[in-house]
Amino acid sequence: MLRDITIGQYYPANSVIHRLDPRVKLMGVLSFVVSLFVFRGLAGFVSVTLALVLIIHLSKVPFDYMVRGLKPIVVILIITVIFNLFLTPGEPLVEFWKLRITWEGLEHAILMTIRLIYLILGSSVLTLTTTPNQLTDGMEQALKPLNKIHVPVHEISMMMSIALRFIPILIEETDKIMKAQLARGADFESGNLIKKAKSMVPLLVPLFVSAFRRANDLALAMEARCYRGGDGRTKMKPLKYCRRDMVAYVIIGAYFMAVVLLRMFLYFGR
Amino acid sequence: MNFIEARKLVHEYIRRDEEGNVESILTAVDQVDLDVKQGEFVAILGHNGSGKSTLAKHLNVLLKASGGSLWVDGKDTQDGDNLWDIRQNTGMVFQNPDNQIIASVVEEDVAFGPENIGVPTSEIWNRVEKSLKSVGMIQYREHSPNKLSGGQKQRIAIAGVMAMEPKCIVLDEPTAMLDPNGRFEVLDAVTQLNKEKNVTVILITHYMEEVIRADRVYVMDNGKVVMQGTPRSIFSQVDVLKSYRLDVPQVTLLAHELRKSGLPISEGILTRQELAEALCQLY
Repeated sequence: MLRDITIGQYYPANSVIHRLDPRVKLMGVLSFVVSLFVFRGLAGFVSVTLALVLIIHLSKVPFDYMVRGLKPIVVILIITVIFNLFLTPGEPLVEFWKLRITWEGLEHAILMTIRLIYLILGSSVLTLTTTPNQLTDGMEQALKPLNKIHVPVHEISMMMSIALRFIPILIEETDKIMKAQLARGADFESGNLIKKAKSMVPLLVPLFVSAFRRANDLALAMEARCYRGGDGRTKMKPLKYCRRDMVAYVIIGAYFMAVVLLRMFLYFGR
Repeated sequence: MNFIEARKLVHEYIRRDEEGNVESILTAVDQVDLDVKQGEFVAILGHNGSGKSTLAKHLNVLLKASGGSLWVDGKDTQDGDNLWDIRQNTGMVFQNPDNQIIASVVEEDVAFGPENIGVPTSEIWNRVEKSLKSVGMIQYREHSPNKLSGGQKQRIAIAGVMAMEPKCIVLDEPTAMLDPNGRFEVLDAVTQLNKEKNVTVILITHYMEEVIRADRVYVMDNGKVVMQGTPRSIFSQVDVLKSYRLDVPQVTLLAHELRKSGLPISEGILTRQELAEALCQLY
């Protein structure tokens, strides 16, 4: 069950999206996320959907593989939908007992669901098509100006890439510990929420202990391989813009402008 | 001068209580003398807690000695200025393959070491290719390490060390977490590097079968070097080894038992073939 999480996993394939510079992809995701919260009306929805479908198609990552990444957020989705449905004031649609669903609530709920799903899908395209090293390289380059005000940019990006590398390992470990505890009669399924949370303790304690042990080992291994921070480091794959990156920047810019203009047009049209 | 020279090397783990007073001192490495020549394959053998891993960490200056001296490649390990030179020249491979792979793509992990020591980009690509080929993992260069077997991961770790072009590799129980197949893979890769590239190999292990390939063996117990010599001379002393809670290879044990019960077989038989030949000569 825990193996289903696809966020942060790299999916190797040979596509245009894979070959793009990570800085371009970061910029792309950023403008996509902003556009999700900017778009209005059917035209906006269509353009956002088109952009997402096109990108997923270009990335050559199987669609069902991506959808699996949505599983962990189903609970969050349901909660958002319930809150939006019942707690938005406005024109009533149906009314029963003390609960009331309004037109506005319905609209908010649908919009919010779309936004969240698109948000996860859009950002998982980034992590699925970019190796964590490339991703953190991209962030390091993009945030480099912050170095001047003593933000440890290299260290942060190194930590991120290591965290991403260890996600699947720790997930596997959680699975293993869970099975070991189940074999000894632990019960993770039954009981109310508090009881369930309590039953997580025998899972989390060994997980933390082993995570610290791993961190210690890894630090030792990194030091043994002469790691001493970002100064004087060279790169196997230094980031260099080429033509397709420039083209992508133009497309991203055009897309962003289009969504913003659509919104302004519709907004004033109302 | 030898590549590695330790004289009366001591390492103490000091445990302190909350006020900083010394509670207990554990001498993990006790007055060890070690001499390794360039290009040699040396195995260090010992039971759990014999101090062999602590000793290994000194060779890469991950730990500093509490007493005595240690020279690696003609450089004093006590001198902080030599630190990075020594680490570059003596690579280290650890026990757990998962905890020493830093990147999520094989070739990027192999490149981690050269990146740290500031090798130019084009040279990094050369080195990555060369070292992946030398451990026979070139076809996996774009894979994720998570999907490889333990033996393959350990070979990646060796490639990562080789890419820094060290003169010596220290392997700290590299096969302890592997299945028999993985163990053979890793040992074959190491032996090949030693024979073909003349890399000094120091193998820390508690598996007897792995020691047979070495040129020389040190046996450690309680922080002290208690035996040293060629594998043959070490394994001919079955009873002494047993007193250090170490097992000899099954074939050697069989030969030893046969000899004890009266058959005139020479001591220190290491392989099945040797035993077969020795037995054939009897009749």
